Amino acid sequence: MYQYTEFDRQFVKARASQYRDQLTRWQAGQLPEDEFRPLRLQNGWYVQRYAPLLRVAVPYGELSSAQLRVLATIARDYDQPNAALLEDAQASQDKLGAIPLKNGQSVHTRLTKGYAHFTTRTNVQYNWIPLDKSADVMDLLASINMHGIQTSGNCIRNITSDERAGIAVDEIADPRPFAEIMRQWSTLHPEFAFLPRKFKIAITGALEDRAATAWHDVGLHLIKNEEGELGFKVLVGGGMGRTPLIATPIRGFLPWHQILNYLEAIVRAYNRFGRRDNMYKARIKILVKAEGQHFIDQVEAEYKDIVELDGAPHTITQAEFDRVSSSFVAPDLGDNPGGSSQQPVAGDDLEFSRWLQQNVAPHKNPDLRIVTLSFKRLGQAPGDATADQLDIAANLADQFSAGEARVTHDQNLVLPWVRREQLPELWAAARTAGFARPNIRLLTDMIACPGGDFCSLANARSLPLTEAITQRYQDLDELHDLGEIDLHISGCINSCGHHHSGHIGILGVDKDGKEWYQITLGGSDGSTLSGAPAAGKVVGPSFSAAEVPEVIEAVLNTYRAERLPVNGKQETFIATLRRVGAEPFKAAANAVRFAKAASTKAETDLAGQAA
Amino acid sequence: MKLIASSANSTGTTSQNVIELANDVDPRTLSLAGVECIALNFPKFTDGRAFSQAFLLSRRLGFKGEIRATGDVLADQLAQMERSGFTTAVLRADQDLAVAQRVLSNYPGYRVGRYQGDVVQVSPHFAN
Repeated sequence: MYQYTEFDRQFVKARASQYRDQLTRWQAGQLPEDEFRPLRLQNGWYVQRYAPLLRVAVPYGELSSAQLRVLATIARDYDQPNAALLEDAQASQDKLGAIPLKNGQSVHTRLTKGYAHFTTRTNVQYNWIPLDKSADVMDLLASINMHGIQTSGNCIRNITSDERAGIAVDEIADPRPFAEIMRQWSTLHPEFAFLPRKFKIAITGALEDRAATAWHDVGLHLIKNEEGELGFKVLVGGGMGRTPLIATPIRGFLPWHQILNYLEAIVRAYNRFGRRDNMYKARIKILVKAEGQHFIDQVEAEYKDIVELDGAPHTITQAEFDRVSSSFVAPDLGDNPGGSSQQPVAGDDLEFSRWLQQNVAPHKNPDLRIVTLSFKRLGQAPGDATADQLDIAANLADQFSAGEARVTHDQNLVLPWVRREQLPELWAAARTAGFARPNIRLLTDMIACPGGDFCSLANARSLPLTEAITQRYQDLDELHDLGEIDLHISGCINSCGHHHSGHIGILGVDKDGKEWYQITLGGSDGSTLSGAPAAGKVVGPSFSAAEVPEVIEAVLNTYRAERLPVNGKQETFIATLRRVGAEPFKAAANAVRFAKAASTKAETDLAGQAA
Repeated sequence: MKLIASSANSTGTTSQNVIELANDVDPRTLSLAGVECIALNFPKFTDGRAFSQAFLLSRRLGFKGEIRATGDVLADQLAQMERSGFTTAVLRADQDLAVAQRVLSNYPGYRVGRYQGDVVQVSPHFAN
């Protein structure tokens, strides 16, 4: 992990102090709401449906155990709404009704407090911290080298990477030093503080793209050219939302030390020419789509001027690269720590082997493994961790992973430095803590936004649906038989749940003031499993909340009916879908629509339950 | 960067050769010969185009005259303006000059230092 210098430490402290001053002026009525808003956003503070939202920056997902413990403290001591607020919020959400299940039970919204949430951009969010405590929380974060700098606002946001950065078997070069150098360059960049809209960068350094780079404003791939020199392939203009677009490659090879100069050219072009008349048309993807080659020419011309006229002051020196890289070395795990002979007891063998298969990945160092702690289970929203769970995760990081953990794009936590011999012991400890569900990359390893229970932008709730689907697919035999499936759910078109890139996508839409959902099929995040990045296609008119679990079941039944073995293994869902085409799946989904009389009854039942 | 209270700023013609530039104009299309002051505009403080204009004028074109921030000029954006090449800022009418000075001095980049190079200090922190 990057080691903060004294400069870095003082900087985040000064930032927290600046924010405290801005908060105080706002509280005193000296700074109007409209003028305070961008300032608090650029420190991570949104105002949400019932309470403020804090988004803590976790640069490229890396966390130390000490940081996890502070995140636990924040959850325990600050993520605490007063009782009346929580009751009112729960009552409001109850009015939306429950989702009926086939077995006669139903799923209700259940608002909780005292926890943190892992986001799809590998940050950490809290839903209940009052604004009058926000400056205290920023001070606490600064004490452990953390902050909320530019996690929101129309600026360069958190730079995300591959959960296996630096430890991947298919690694070309470690992206983390570059992610850190870009992070520093973008931090409080004065010219780019008020862009037309947000700006998201993702970087990978392996053969497989595990960071959904094609879905970002800028995607960077570390590659080697024919001479063996290291550089970047640069993509621009990907994004989700109302106009999902896959990023366009604009530079096949850029020498590594020029990346800041090239980024400056891209962001300057965006700052100057991005649309400011319509916030739904203001991302760089719109500019790239509208201008095409002209945009690329502009960027290249500006880059040339930065190098030839400005003297390219942000060319990365070898000294700086070496300084930052020196933080990102494998930890010295010492001699065999013992516990190597412990084996799981008979009867646990099947679950342990499933855990090894799904939750444990090979590591660049053959003596080590990459272990994912699953935060996807019944009774807890995807990616949520209570204060106690964060503390336990910190302990596991210390005991099994040299004090390091990583937040993943899939909203889980990875332990990156686990010794092979310690797997049985880790599994036992993770299982006790509830982190060992062997469902990584399976159906119930869903990506989900907080949705209408928390977010004022949402059209519909996402969490009761994730709970309903998770309940339906509890059986591990069935789950493993269905295999690896990306199910992504967003409560609205802002797509924080990445529904566009799901093999199955669920999107909350507003119809007649009620909660309805569009289902899409065949999206891809660009990973090897999913194939070329693409947005999923809608199966038909939207479905009611009650219908959605039925639709998922119908789609998965179609998969089981249509799939063929390939090389002795079952074809994956996405492979079957691509081979057979969407029609059988669409037909099955649309066939489960409730008849009008039945849906009216369902609505009456829901209203009765809510009363 | 000089801070000017809006009341102190004359809006009529002065003896200076002043050009006012809309924030969507490329400064490189201008003839700068004899120009003493270029007034750039923030129609809304959230519209950051003038930052790039100031950069292009000062760094790219080497303009040595006054680069003046006008329009929706608020205390909390003054540091970004100064670092982008503005030499003068005309505060919006309701902005208190003393508060603006204090807010400017509270900017992390001035209290501790800044990561990236800018117009005032071209080298980034890592190159110092």
